[in-house]
Amino acid sequence: MSKPLKRIHLAAHFPGVNNTTVWSDPEAGSHIDFGSFTHFAQTAERAKFDFLFLAEGLRLREQGGKIYDLDVVGRPDTFTVLAALAAVTERLGLTGTINSTFNEPYEVARQFASLDHLSGGRAAWNVVTSWDAFTGENFRRGGFLPKEERYSRAEEFLATANELLDSWHGDEIVADQATGTFLRDAKAGSFVHTGQHFDIHGRFNVPRSPQGRPVIFQAGDSDEGREFAAAGADAIFSRHTTLEAGQAFYTDVKRRLAAYGRRPEELLVLPAATFVLGDTDAEAEELAREVRRRQVSGATALKHLEFVWNRDLSSYDPEGPLPGIDPYVGGPHIAEGRAQVRMYRDPLATAREWRELAAANNWSIRDLVINTGNRQTFVGSPTTVARDIDHFVQSDASDGFILVPHITPGGLDAFADKVVPLLQEQGVFRSEYEGPTLRHQLGLAHPDDARGEWQAAS
Amino acid sequence: MSSAPLAPLHLAVALDGTGWHPASWREPAARPQELFTAGYWAGLVTEAERGLLDFVTIEDGLGPQSSHPFEPDDRTDQVRGRLDAVQTAARVAPLTRHIGLVPTAVVTHTEPFHLSKAIATLDHVSNGRAGLRVRITARPDEAAHFGRRTIPRVGAYDSPAAREVVGGLFDEAADHVEVVRRLWDSWEDDAEIRDVATGRFVDRGKLHHIDFEGRYFSVRGPSVTPRPPQGQPVVTALAHGTLPYRLVARQADIGYVTPHDTGQARAIVAEIRAEQEAAGRAGQPLHVFADLVVFLDDAPGAAAARRERLDALAGGPYPSDARVFTGTPAGLADLLQEWRAAGLTGYRLRPAVLGHDLPAITRSLVPELQRRGVFRRAYEAGTLRGLLGLARPANRYAA
Repeated sequence: MSKPLKRIHLAAHFPGVNNTTVWSDPEAGSHIDFGSFTHFAQTAERAKFDFLFLAEGLRLREQGGKIYDLDVVGRPDTFTVLAALAAVTERLGLTGTINSTFNEPYEVARQFASLDHLSGGRAAWNVVTSWDAFTGENFRRGGFLPKEERYSRAEEFLATANELLDSWHGDEIVADQATGTFLRDAKAGSFVHTGQHFDIHGRFNVPRSPQGRPVIFQAGDSDEGREFAAAGADAIFSRHTTLEAGQAFYTDVKRRLAAYGRRPEELLVLPAATFVLGDTDAEAEELAREVRRRQVSGATALKHLEFVWNRDLSSYDPEGPLPGIDPYVGGPHIAEGRAQVRMYRDPLATAREWRELAAANNWSIRDLVINTGNRQTFVGSPTTVARDIDHFVQSDASDGFILVPHITPGGLDAFADKVVPLLQEQGVFRSEYEGPTLRHQLGLAHPDDARGEWQAAS
Repeated sequence: MSSAPLAPLHLAVALDGTGWHPASWREPAARPQELFTAGYWAGLVTEAERGLLDFVTIEDGLGPQSSHPFEPDDRTDQVRGRLDAVQTAARVAPLTRHIGLVPTAVVTHTEPFHLSKAIATLDHVSNGRAGLRVRITARPDEAAHFGRRTIPRVGAYDSPAAREVVGGLFDEAADHVEVVRRLWDSWEDDAEIRDVATGRFVDRGKLHHIDFEGRYFSVRGPSVTPRPPQGQPVVTALAHGTLPYRLVARQADIGYVTPHDTGQARAIVAEIRAEQEAAGRAGQPLHVFADLVVFLDDAPGAAAARRERLDALAGGPYPSDARVFTGTPAGLADLLQEWRAAGLTGYRLRPAVLGHDLPAITRSLVPELQRRGVFRRAYEAGTLRGLLGLARPANRYAA
């Protein structure tokens, strides 16, 4: 059976505060200066990527009670950077991670509506949740939110924001200078929402934006996260970058859509992926090993081991064997503001497994972290990387990738110049943008289509 | 007038919708259909930059505009709706090079942590041209948009009930700005060290928890965003009475005030300077700008005729808090020079019709002031603080 080739979706994740970033490279520039963002975004747009993606953090990471200083620290405000990038790009989607715990729907809805207006319809929202008191210490809301309520608040937050965004239909502004009618409807923007987390009413004050609502993305691998995405997201970010795990995830989340009356193509699966390019596969493999060693210094390896051991391991030699003592289970975690610690749900089992792995391979602590951590997803010549990406997508392990280079801001340049043309030649990636808005690039319907109020072309 | 040479006059313009007169959108130059596009705002700010103005402010609010101070109206004959001002400022930043960008932010229902990093980032994306105009809201309907607190309806600004409600909101605003400012300082300028030898990206000794504990907030810090290029972006506030004068004196770099004559201007400046002394900031630079709504036309009588036409369309005279100047650019230049004797250091002009009165400011008033030797002929500094003659502040946490 030959089925039509799927079109690949590609996005660019501005490298941030994690140890995939090789900030010590002489090519590494500022992760704060706007020039870096401009270069990165314009490269992504030159390559006809769907969108640029910004992560968010609302508290600097701490480990052992001290600010974590081994990775890049600090980042700018999401909305402000995206609005500025709208001035130096024309078609690239602008996706921001915004937390639903430490914000209010009225404020976030008007920020996304504003970004959508100011970018001509290119705004997207990666909805994330948080409950931890550590982050809450920076906000007047504090850390009050019980963990089990985070998705219920997120769901109601998103629904409420959508109600606000839908409170204008798009035809209210008449602005007839002759008759003096500015608004057709005196009650434009009226809303009432009564729920478990929000009890608000009044008038929303941003008219309907080009996309109606921002495109909605969701990250999260838990059962609740998958369900949340199936219910209301346009794309889900995942971590699954092996073919089998990707296919299993893909099948699972696409299957969940039917329960919400949605078709499989209404939710895109976009894993985050890294890459290392060389002129030949062998050269790329060697470069990848070198990059990996630079990503995981001895000090970084010890800090990573602390995620599992949950105790200070700074006295250990990273080039030596794994600690003989067991992880400390229970009590507050030594690493705060870290999502990774949640990956190790049974620290004692992980420690046993790692000791066995290290013994079998004669690995030091650093070797173990290098070999078990987030290894590069795509390594090879441009031909190999283009082939592997295409294979992954055509095999229904994803609909595309969010690429995270390890260098800021030039880490995307070679991919744009060497890999994208190959994908375009194969007819699996666009040569021209499909239309003015991000919904056009993603092949998503406008929310007003059901009402017959929106014309796809403009 | 004093014979001592005066410091250069500072000039800002306040952007709001199609202009400050509620019927401004009906003028041919108004372009009301483009209000929610980036191009509209880029056009206004580049025009202001053409006139070498110190900065623009951009109005904002957390509810629809209203002709009533404390509640929404149901009018359909005036501009309603607006975009987030911080994002509008950020959107135009890469398209301009010199002019300061001062968005309005309501501090009553928002988080100082978010606002601090947003304005710091505006400063980063504009290479040191960011400011902030803080405002409170006492509108019960806007409180209902957030649902976290109720604000009782107050009948008039000067009632005792209003003073209590508004007084609390101004105290909260002062704390809000204090948190914002501490977060800007929570990174020392040289905290990022990228020390390859030790593998440390930052010197964590130069990152500071701010540990603010007050009646309204407790914020731990540090910011997630490094210290902005200006160190402290320029904080501004509009003030109509003792409570906001106190906020200006305690926390601002510029206060906008609304005198109607030189005598009032002198009294307001004196009150703010006294509050400044009481707050222990006597020696520190603090600009006091007068706000003026302006109708400008070169032909005598044309501005007044335009104002009458717009008032007729609006159904009555425009009830402005600020003095409304109606006349020629030369006449306005006279007034600006005359009022300076009261101790004002600059002006924020509110164009009645942006499409008409903004170019009148940049193309007629500014050349007139330049001929008189009281306004710049070229941008003389790279940052907004530089344009305003404000030094880059030392970091309060640096050893």
